[in-house]
Amino acid sequence: MGTTASQLPKDLLSEYQELTFLTKQEILLAHKRFTELVAKEDRNDPSPRVPMSKILTLPELKSNPFRKRICHVFSTSESKDGSLTFEDFLDLLSAFSDSATLEIKSHYAFRIFDFDDDGTLDRGDLEKLVNCLTGETDDTRLTPEEMKQLINNILEESDIDKDGTVNLSEFQHVISRSPDFVSSFKIVL
Amino acid sequence: LFHIGVDYRNLEEEGPEVDIGSKVKEEKPKKGQARRSKAKEKKKVLREQCEEECRQDEEAPKCSKNHRNEKAKTEERGDFKRKTKDSCDEERNHISSERGGTEERAHAEKNMKAKKTKRKKEKLVFSCLSSSSESEELSADEEESQEEKDVLTQEELEKLKEAVEEKKKLIANLRGKPWPMSKKLVTLRESQEFVEKYEGALGKGKGRKLYAYKVMMMKKWMKFQRDFENFRTACIPWEMKIKEIESHFGSSVASYFIFLRWMYGMNMILFGLTFGLVMVPEALMGRPYGSMPRKTVPRSEQAGAMDFAVLWDFGGYAQYSVLFYGYYNNQRAIGWLKFRMPLSYFLVGVGTVAYSYMVVIRTMARNANRDGGGDDTSFNFSWKMFTSWDYLIGNPETADNKFASITTSFKESIVEEQESHKDENIHLTRFLRVLANFLVLCCLAGSGYLIYFVVRRSQKFALEGLENYGWWERNEVNMVMSLLGMFCPMLFDVISSLENYHPRIALQWQLGRIFALFLGNLYTFIIALMDEINLKRREEEVVKYNMTVWQASLYNGTVDDNSTTSTIPVDPADVPRGPCWETMVGQEFVRLIVSDTMTTYITLLIGDFLRAVFVRFFNYCWCWDLEYGFPSYSEFDVSGNVLGLIFNQGMIWMGAFYAPCLPALNVLRLHVSMYLQCWAVMCCNVPQERVFKASGSNNFYMAMLLVILFLSTLPAIYTIVSIPPSFDCGPFSGKKRMYDVIQETLENDFPLWFGKVFSYASNPGLVLPFILVMILAIYYLQSTSKTYKAANMDLKKKLQTVSLPITI
Repeated sequence: MGTTASQLPKDLLSEYQELTFLTKQEILLAHKRFTELVAKEDRNDPSPRVPMSKILTLPELKSNPFRKRICHVFSTSESKDGSLTFEDFLDLLSAFSDSATLEIKSHYAFRIFDFDDDGTLDRGDLEKLVNCLTGETDDTRLTPEEMKQLINNILEESDIDKDGTVNLSEFQHVISRSPDFVSSFKIVL
Repeated sequence: LFHIGVDYRNLEEEGPEVDIGSKVKEEKPKKGQARRSKAKEKKKVLREQCEEECRQDEEAPKCSKNHRNEKAKTEERGDFKRKTKDSCDEERNHISSERGGTEERAHAEKNMKAKKTKRKKEKLVFSCLSSSSESEELSADEEESQEEKDVLTQEELEKLKEAVEEKKKLIANLRGKPWPMSKKLVTLRESQEFVEKYEGALGKGKGRKLYAYKVMMMKKWMKFQRDFENFRTACIPWEMKIKEIESHFGSSVASYFIFLRWMYGMNMILFGLTFGLVMVPEALMGRPYGSMPRKTVPRSEQAGAMDFAVLWDFGGYAQYSVLFYGYYNNQRAIGWLKFRMPLSYFLVGVGTVAYSYMVVIRTMARNANRDGGGDDTSFNFSWKMFTSWDYLIGNPETADNKFASITTSFKESIVEEQESHKDENIHLTRFLRVLANFLVLCCLAGSGYLIYFVVRRSQKFALEGLENYGWWERNEVNMVMSLLGMFCPMLFDVISSLENYHPRIALQWQLGRIFALFLGNLYTFIIALMDEINLKRREEEVVKYNMTVWQASLYNGTVDDNSTTSTIPVDPADVPRGPCWETMVGQEFVRLIVSDTMTTYITLLIGDFLRAVFVRFFNYCWCWDLEYGFPSYSEFDVSGNVLGLIFNQGMIWMGAFYAPCLPALNVLRLHVSMYLQCWAVMCCNVPQERVFKASGSNNFYMAMLLVILFLSTLPAIYTIVSIPPSFDCGPFSGKKRMYDVIQETLENDFPLWFGKVFSYASNPGLVLPFILVMILAIYYLQSTSKTYKAANMDLKKKLQTVSLPITI
C-alpha cells in the first residue's frame, strides 16, 4: 500500500480538513475504507467512482432505511445513479459528523426526505417516508386510514403557509426545536 | 476597492490576451480584469513609496507583451532578477517572498492529482499573471490603460481590508455550506490566494515586516490549533467500544457510557490534585512511618495489622498511611521545598469542590445551548417522523426493533390524539395517584428509619468489640443500604402502575422517587455518623486527661527531678492515642463505596449474566419459552445505572476531604466498571423494546449531579467550620478550627498589607451589600428572561395566524 495512488497528498488533506467537519484521523480512515470499496480496475484512477451497490455494503449504511436516498443526495454523477467519489463520500461523512452544524444537517435531511427531488415535501414524499420508517413487513405497516390521519397531523403541525407541502424553511423551523435531531442524525465510521 | 470585489465575482469575460509563456493556456480568465485591477491598485501603493526613485520604471508600462512574457518566464524559473532601483528592492523582496509562496503553491497544485477544472487552470494563469504583474511592480499594464486610477487613499485601503476580511470569513464558514466538495475546493483556493496576495499590501511602510510576521504567526497558530484538536480527539479513550454499543443499542444506552467516560475524566483530575499535592508530598517529604505516634500502628493493634480481613476493612497498616487524614503531620512547612502541607491539604479540599462545580455548570450551560429552548409539545408528529430514526444503528436486529418501536409509537400517538377528546374519570385517577404517593412516602420513611436503626446498632457492636460478631454484623450498615437501593426501586415501579401516567412522565416520577430514596438514605447515614463523631470527641476528652496521667507516670520513673525536659525514649507505638474522628469518617465512606461497588458488580453478574446463561441453556428443556416470556434477557437500565453513578460521585465528594485516597479508588472503580459493563451489555442484554428518549434527559442528569454536589459538600463544610480537629492526628491538629490555617498563612507568609486588605474584604459591611447586589442581579435576569419567553410566544402565535389570510 505504498503507492502514491492510495495516499492522500498533504495539501489536499489539509484542505479537506478546512472544508469539512472531520478531523485528520477521520479523513484518513474514510480514505482507507473508500479505497477498499474501489474496484481493482479503477485503482489507478485519480478520482475513482464507486457504484451505489458497493457503498450500500458498508455496515453503517446497510441497515439504514434511507440509504439509497443518502447516496442519491450526495452523489455528483451526471447519470444520477447514486455513485460516489471520494469527495462525495467526505461530504457525506462531514454532514453526518458530530461537529456539523444544525443548518447543514437539516439542509441535507430535507434533501434526503424529498423523494421526488422537487424541493418540497408533499403528501407523496411523506407517505414514502412513513413507509420507509415502518419497515418492510406487512404487520408493521400502517393502514391507509392511519396513514392519512398521520399525514394530516404532520401537515397541520409543520405547514405554516398551508400550501399542502413542507418547504425547506418550515422543515428547518420544526427541526431546530427538536432536541433529538442533532444526536440521532449521526454516522461515524 | 469594494466595487472591484464585486467585479471579481460578476465579471463575465474581458481580460486581454494573456499570452504568457508555454505554461499558461490561452483561456481568458474570468476574473482577469479584476485581478489586474487589483494588482494595479497594489502597484499604486508601491508606486507612492518608490515614486522618486522609480520614476524611470514607469516607462515599463509601455513595454511590449513579450517583455512581460520574458519576465514571467524568468520568474517561473525562480530567477528573480530585479530592476535596479535599490529603494524598491525592499518592497520587491517582500512581494517576491509572498509570490514565492504563491509560486510554490501553484507548482504544488500542478503536481497534485486533484481534478483540474478549467477554473483551476485559470487560477494558475492569474497567479503567474499577478506575480508577473507584481514583478513589474511599478509598471502599469498596458492592458489597463483605460483606467488610470488615482492614488490609493485611506478609504480604499479600508475597502481592501474589508474585502480581505470578507474572504477570510468566507474561508472560515466554507465547511458549513451545503455545496459539493469540488465547488468548495475551488472557492477555498481562490479566496486563499486573494487573501495571501493582499494581506501584504495592507501593511505599509515600517510596519510591513512586522505585519507580515504577524500574519505568518497567525497562520502557524491556526495550524497548531487544528493539530492540537486532532490530537485531542485521538486521545479520547474507549471510542471504538462506545461506537459498537451505539450501533447495537442506539444512542440512549450509549449515552450512559458517554456519561461514564465524562465522569472518569473528571475523577482523573480530582485524583491528580489529591495525589500530586497531598499524598505524594507527605509520602516523600514528611516524616516516615513509625517516627511519630500518629504515623504508627498502636501496640495493641499490631498483632493483626497485616491481616487481609483487617486491611479489607481499611484498618491496620492501611489506616496509618497516606490514605487517610490521620497520618498527616501538622508541621507547617516540610522538606527542603518548605512545602506548606496543612495549607495544601485545605486548599486541595476546597479546590476539588470548586473544580467540580465549574465543570458541571459549564457542561450544563453547553448542553442547554445546544438543545435550544425547552421542550415543546407542539411538533410531536413531525418530530416522530423526521427525527425518530437513529442513524448510528448498524445492526439489522436493532434496526428491526427500531422499526417496530416506531410503528408502535405512531399508532399510539394517533390513538392518543383521538382519545384526548374523550372524558375520563378524573376523580378515580386522582385518588389513585394520591394513594400511590402516600405509599411511596411510607416506603421512604421506612427505609430512613431502618438505616438509622442499623447504624445505631453498629455503634453498639463497636462498643462491645467487633470480634464477637460475625461478618453480617460487621458490615450491616453497608449491606442494608445497598439492598435498599436494589429493592426499593422495584417497589416504586409496582406502585406506579396504579398511577396510569404516560410512560415518559412515569419515568420522570420514578427517577425522582429513586433520587429521594438515595438522598434520604445518605443523609440518614450522615446523621448517624455525626452521632458517632460526637461520641468520639467525648472519648477524646477522656484520652487527653489520661495522657497527662500517663506522662506523669513516665516521669516518675526518672530519678532526676531537676531536668526540665525529659527525653525519655518512648516507642511511638506505645503512646496512648486519641480516637481520630476524621479518620473514622474517612474509613466509613471508603467502606461504603467498596461495598456499594461490590454489590453493583455482583448484581450485574447474577442479575444479567447468570440470567442470560439460564435463559439460553435451559430454554430447551423448559415448559414455556424462556426467551419471550419470563424471565427473558434483561434490558439495560439506563436511568438506574446513571443514578447509581451520580450517587457514588456524591459520596466521593463527601468523603474526599477526610480520605484523600477516595478519588484514586474511584478512578480505579470507574475504569473497571467501564470494561465490565461494556462486556455485560454486549453479552447479556438485548436492545430495548420501547425506545423513547426522555428528551432533554442529558441536562436532567447534569442537574441532579449539581444538586448532589451541593448537598454533599454541605456536611463536609459543616464539619470543617464547626468541629475542632483532633488534638493528635491530621494536618490541623492543635488548631482551634481547621480554617485557622488560612489565617496563619496570611499572617506568616504574606506581606502585612495583604492581611489588612483581606480583613477589610471580609468585613460584614462589605459582604452584605455584595450579597444584596447579587440578589438584585438574579432578580433582574429572571424578569428579563420571562419577558423574552413571552415575546417568543407572541411571535410564534403571529407566525401561525399571519399565514391564514395568505391561503387563497
